[in-house]
Amino acid sequence: MGIMKDGSNDWAANTARNTVRLGYWTGAWLLTIALANFGPVFIWHGNQLPTILVILANIGFGIGMIMANKRHLNGLDEMHQKIQLEAMALSLGVGLVLGFGYSNLDDTNVIAFDADFSHLVILMSLTYLAGVFAGLKRYR
Amino acid sequence: MKNRLKVLRAERDWTQAQLAAELEVSRQTVNAIENGKFDPSLPLAFKAARLFELAIEDIFQDEMV
Repeated sequence: MGIMKDGSNDWAANTARNTVRLGYWTGAWLLTIALANFGPVFIWHGNQLPTILVILANIGFGIGMIMANKRHLNGLDEMHQKIQLEAMALSLGVGLVLGFGYSNLDDTNVIAFDADFSHLVILMSLTYLAGVFAGLKRYR
Repeated sequence: MKNRLKVLRAERDWTQAQLAAELEVSRQTVNAIENGKFDPSLPLAFKAARLFELAIEDIFQDEMV
């Protein structure tokens, strides 16, 4: 194991590399989501071929992001894996419970607008972030 | 679970970052273990025992005992 003078090592460098790699895949995935949504309106004006290609690219980047996330999680140490597991469990639970609640509100016309899937994604993302911060604070 | 990680580290004049590098975990994890906020797995406890050339029970003790 190579330990540098500042105490960093191969493991830390590998974790940093995995994080950067996950960032690139996530960035590419988000970029193609934006392109798939705004491209047909502002760039190629309804032409379906580029839309299909961008959506396929988006799915490809999404698969890459999933693999990069798996690699990132496997590379973390056991405490950070535990923090991630608890945050993801919280996010999944909140998404499932409130997602169905939101859907029921829409189906029964209790709310005046249509339930939007992106609201659920935002809710789950914010819950996940809150879970990670709570975990980091708990073990500090 | 109580542990003597902080004392053993101080005896060797190591920083948390240096110990973390030896154990291949983050500095935050070493800090959480030292403060009793996180209990390490058995493989990590064995790794610490090998590093300090001690038995596991010389580093980690059950608080119920």
